[in-house]
Amino acid sequence: MSETTQLKPAADERVKKMSSFRRALIRPELGGICGTIAVFTFFVLFAFDSGMFNSQGVLNWSTVSAQFMIIAVGACLLMIAGEFDLSVGSMIGFAGMMIAIFSVTLGWPIWVAIIVSFVLCVAIGALNGFIVVRTGLPSFIVTLATLFILRGFTIYFPQTLENKTIIGGIRDHAEGDWLASVFGGKVLTGFFTWLGNNGLISTFERGTRQGDPVVDGIPMLIVWAIILVIFGHILLTKTKFGNWIFASGGDAQAARYVGVPVNRVKILMFMFTAFCATIFATCQVMEFGSAGADRGLLKEFEAIIAVVIGGALLTGGYGSVLGAALGALIFGVVQQGLFFAGVESSLFRVFLGVILLLAVILNTYIRRMITGER
Amino acid sequence: MTSQTTPAPIIQMQSIEKHFGSVIALAGVSVDVYPGECHCLLGDNGAGKSTFIKTMSGVHKPTKGEILFEGEEMHFDDPRDAITAGIATVYQDLAMIPLMSVARNFFMGNEPTKKIAGMTFFDRKVADEVTMREMKQMGINLRGPDQAVGTLSGGERQTVAIARAVHFGAKVLILDEPTSALGVRQTANVLATIDKVRKQGIAVVFITHNVRHAMAVGDRFTVLNRGKTLGTAKRGEIGPEELQDLMAGGQELVALEGSLGGTV
Repeated sequence: MSETTQLKPAADERVKKMSSFRRALIRPELGGICGTIAVFTFFVLFAFDSGMFNSQGVLNWSTVSAQFMIIAVGACLLMIAGEFDLSVGSMIGFAGMMIAIFSVTLGWPIWVAIIVSFVLCVAIGALNGFIVVRTGLPSFIVTLATLFILRGFTIYFPQTLENKTIIGGIRDHAEGDWLASVFGGKVLTGFFTWLGNNGLISTFERGTRQGDPVVDGIPMLIVWAIILVIFGHILLTKTKFGNWIFASGGDAQAARYVGVPVNRVKILMFMFTAFCATIFATCQVMEFGSAGADRGLLKEFEAIIAVVIGGALLTGGYGSVLGAALGALIFGVVQQGLFFAGVESSLFRVFLGVILLLAVILNTYIRRMITGER
Repeated sequence: MTSQTTPAPIIQMQSIEKHFGSVIALAGVSVDVYPGECHCLLGDNGAGKSTFIKTMSGVHKPTKGEILFEGEEMHFDDPRDAITAGIATVYQDLAMIPLMSVARNFFMGNEPTKKIAGMTFFDRKVADEVTMREMKQMGINLRGPDQAVGTLSGGERQTVAIARAVHFGAKVLILDEPTSALGVRQTANVLATIDKVRKQGIAVVFITHNVRHAMAVGDRFTVLNRGKTLGTAKRGEIGPEELQDLMAGGQELVALEGSLGGTV
């Protein structure tokens, strides 16, 4: 950096020099990284013996974190593009219910039910986006309306068609279906059996499954979460479209003047958010074998909290998918970790509130250093 | 003057009218701009300057009138068409996105790409190199290409925006009040940048309501008032007082000037 300093004209003498270490440290994800370290340190100190860090424990909190990650990636990209989606939770309930109705009530093959549900939900996402860009209304209001509309239908359809609010029996339909296993299956089962056989992870000690590892594979949910985080990160930081996402959220008008198709970017991000919600719903339906009308309640806020802990700016134009993934990890680890540590479960919200506040304060400080905001 | 050596105007706006509902924002404005000249467009607030340049840059479609670009009639559907043709606009407040890095801003909407395994990626390396080089040429030394635009001063932001437009092959550069929110020193920098750009043979349309800034760099001056042109004058044919009078519609200002002791 000494080379640039020498060449600096007089006007720059007021710009403080920064060491390269400090520059490497100051990134949007810093808040998330600090939070993750703090949370893991805390639980290693206070809950190490509780089983939180053996194979089942790790699977437990990583599954919960993966759930948050899936919806956080969508919410993160949408937030950077300058919009919100409050209908994520309702969309999860709605997508799950549609899969159940199509497959169980209407008797369609499960892969058809999944594909049609994806198309339907992504189309609703596009409609959200279209209304927002066309009317210029805040996405907060538009998607709040979608929240109620979708939740209403999610209760209405099963009640009218089946006289109940939970539709079960999906697992029987999903048996042997190629697409169902993409969402409900497990990977690396052979590897986990090998780990179990070699005594590296715990195995069942008696019963019919004696000798099998307790954790027999990585659920597809976690695979989806990893794929989405990598995809989202590359899209945002390494592509032209990623630059358009930042630009659309940073200043839509300025972006339009240089030819960025802002409306298209925003609508696509609404669709992507709906897509993520549907992945969440499909994994959940395949795991539980049923769809319930109350699924996904408050998930939109959990997604937004994860994104904000991860360093994104609520008003758009700034953020990081990796940060959002760390936010989701913190969220999952705290939620499950308090259970392992034997802390009264109602204190989870207190914890979460404190972490949210600390993360946002730290993130605001970091962002100001990077962007020169006042 | 450069305009005499290259007699063909690059852009001709002929009797442009623009109506917004019952409001007539432009009532037949004609302006020719030549390559390598700095054409100052002066006018008070509400004179129609913004509407006029937005028509030129493809944001608005004229209600009546023709736009000839390099002798051919053009119809711009959106700003992108105008940019493709070579008409770039730098807006006063909307030049840059402060939260984004200089390199990301510089290539916003024109990202260089590279192919890796059949997929197209944003070529950050090229973007960073070009940004640093272009910024150095304009006299701005960045800490790095990833420095956020928010850390730059207002004048530097305008300069980045101008450098960006020039880099992407602008033949006509429209500057919407680039100096109105700037301090003295920053204004001087922006005016110097305009001079550099003009010398490269690019036509500059400089919108301002500050006569002194206009006189400093302008080759020709067109005054707009209430949606009409009050004529175009060459440098040396008109003095600052006269321009000032024209902008405000003559008589009113004379009366006002009297009461303020000639300070306007």
